[in-house]
Amino acid sequence: MRDYLTFLFRVWRLSWQGSAKFYLWMSVLTLLCLVGLHAWCRQFVDGLQTTGMTNQVSWGAYIANFTFLVGVAAAAVMLVIPAYIYKKEHMHEVVLFGELLAIAVIVMCLLFVTVDLGRPDRFHHMIPPFGVFNFPGSILSWDVIVLNGYLLLNLHIAGYLLYCRYQHRQPTKKFYIPFVFLSIAWAVSIHTVTAFLYVGLAGRSYWHNPLVPSRFLASAFVAGPALMILTFQIIRRTTKYFIGDQPIFTLRMIMTVAMIINMFLLGCEVFTEFYSPTQHAAAAHYLYFGLHGHSGLVPWIWSAITLNTLGLILLITPLSRRIGWLNLACIACFVGIWTEKGMGLIIPGFVPSPLGQIVEYLPTLGETLVCLGIWAFGALMFSWMLHVAIPIMNGSLRANPELMSAK
Amino acid sequence: MTPEPQNEVSPKTIEQVYRPVTRRTFLKGAAASMIGVAGLMAALKPLLELESGAVTLDDLLQRHYRELTPEDLQRIMQSLEARCEQEYGVRPTIGDLKPLDGVEFGYALNLTRCIGCRKCAHACIKENNQSRDDANDIEMSYIRVLELNKGAINLETSNVYYDSAKVPQPDKYYMPVQCHQCRQSPCTKVCPVQATWQEKDGLVVVDYNWCIGCSYCMAACPYDARRFNYQKPKIKPDQINPNQDYLSNRIRPKGVVEKCTFCLQRTRAGKYPACLEVCPTGARVFGNLLDPNSEINYILKNKRVYILKEDVGTQPRFYYFFDK
Repeated sequence: MRDYLTFLFRVWRLSWQGSAKFYLWMSVLTLLCLVGLHAWCRQFVDGLQTTGMTNQVSWGAYIANFTFLVGVAAAAVMLVIPAYIYKKEHMHEVVLFGELLAIAVIVMCLLFVTVDLGRPDRFHHMIPPFGVFNFPGSILSWDVIVLNGYLLLNLHIAGYLLYCRYQHRQPTKKFYIPFVFLSIAWAVSIHTVTAFLYVGLAGRSYWHNPLVPSRFLASAFVAGPALMILTFQIIRRTTKYFIGDQPIFTLRMIMTVAMIINMFLLGCEVFTEFYSPTQHAAAAHYLYFGLHGHSGLVPWIWSAITLNTLGLILLITPLSRRIGWLNLACIACFVGIWTEKGMGLIIPGFVPSPLGQIVEYLPTLGETLVCLGIWAFGALMFSWMLHVAIPIMNGSLRANPELMSAK
Repeated sequence: MTPEPQNEVSPKTIEQVYRPVTRRTFLKGAAASMIGVAGLMAALKPLLELESGAVTLDDLLQRHYRELTPEDLQRIMQSLEARCEQEYGVRPTIGDLKPLDGVEFGYALNLTRCIGCRKCAHACIKENNQSRDDANDIEMSYIRVLELNKGAINLETSNVYYDSAKVPQPDKYYMPVQCHQCRQSPCTKVCPVQATWQEKDGLVVVDYNWCIGCSYCMAACPYDARRFNYQKPKIKPDQINPNQDYLSNRIRPKGVVEKCTFCLQRTRAGKYPACLEVCPTGARVFGNLLDPNSEINYILKNKRVYILKEDVGTQPRFYYFFDK
């Protein structure tokens, strides 16, 4: 126990040690967080009228970002599976970063849900002993369980492995291997349940489509690895932690396969909607071509399709064996999927409304600042976790430093 | 060849971590914390504008409607009355009418007769104390009247913003839509906190003091029947209907969802809903589905009845019918 407190204290001390660049980066992120917090406080006082949401479009940028990020968190599993099931040695050196990323991203997801609430002061109504939990009826209550469960699983696995590394002992398998395997199934569940949030609504024909969960997973397994490839390069440039090219190219392969599946499923969706256009295709019409003179999402979806196509072409050609082109592919895929899966999925669910009204949605400044604040908070958390974890991983920070140097 | 790491935590700084805190680092830390706290205070500043009593301890501790004892509910309703008087200048009487035994409400609307005058939508907002910018603002009304092209029932080409002074148009017909009080209600199913549910008499109600404002029910509703309080309701003292019910037409707090309850403050007391009373053409028929001799049952048995979005499987208690 005492050792553990010392560990926490050293982690705390280490958090405040860093170069000027590190301080600058963290200060900028903190500043953005505070700007976001300020915007959210304004929203709390004035109500959700500070957002662009309306009775017709009752979910907007918050839920769009939430949906996208659940996928990024679930994608950590794409490091875990090669490392633990296929026992790829080179993935073991990076798998922890995937878990840390999942932690930061799940926290972002929870924040995005919280800021979307009209009554955040009643958040505890969702927590069983204080509230009345509509389980198993409401998919949202399932989502609360799976998201928090995934957070705890990753906190346990990453925390345990890091602490063992710090103490310079082999982790006991039974304390983490079962959780690792559980987390694989759990990762799939978080994104499937999130998809069921939408798929379960029979009254919204744009969402009531069995392809949505599969597409969610496919696109998540593109966006998540894309972010990780970029992160790994930042880690190996700025720290003394060695990451070879192998994990990056394993992830490239995963991205390629997932992107092919994603684009194939997109093609299936587009075919179904437009080959025999029913009244239910109105939302898709609005999204791709505009409806009755309203075309707010048309530039969004076409830029998403352009970026995704560019990403796909780069990924399937040998070009992306070169790191520069691969990075371009990662950025294109990440931004493309964010655009398409966020606003491109959520907003057409509401336009036209169930009674045929067309009310367009545009996020307000306040809403954008809150989103920015949450993204900054996620980056802040992840940077901090890496800052602390890397010295532990490469053996600089240890429980008994004298002993080690004597060796 | 990778470039030399720049942000690396050097062995020297790691050394620092093992040493006890020095006076110098402590002071540095204190200074940094001061800046941090100042930034945090600046960020939280809008909270100072919260009205007193916006969030009280009583609110935070209040239980779900169905878990409240009668005494608790009485106390809560009295404090709501007092708060309404303080904030809106009128003291209402908030009641808690329970569902009647042997009653299940049903509503039928005659599409042959409806002329699209929108009087029902206006009567709704007068009865149910919804927020409004001015007397003509019926965005929060629980009824949306659709103007449809004759020859089809195509909602997608409907218009709700038609000019009600020029009705009925010869090539149009009109369809008011409000909560269908569904038997398989998707809204109550998706609510994560059971803040909305079906009562024994079939009415779908909301506990406005329990709703967390996630708006999932709004996404689930196929009839666009739910409204969200994006701001604190705006309503002038002379517009307030003081005859209120806890689960129905009391002035809602900010940030929660509200909806049509077939005017339960009236119908559970033996009166007709406000939208029916005001209808100039007698297009609306309201009654007890469990009473075999009721007019609504006569219509369901003898008329050509149309159920809106029957394919969604909601099994509504709201029906449309045609005369000829």
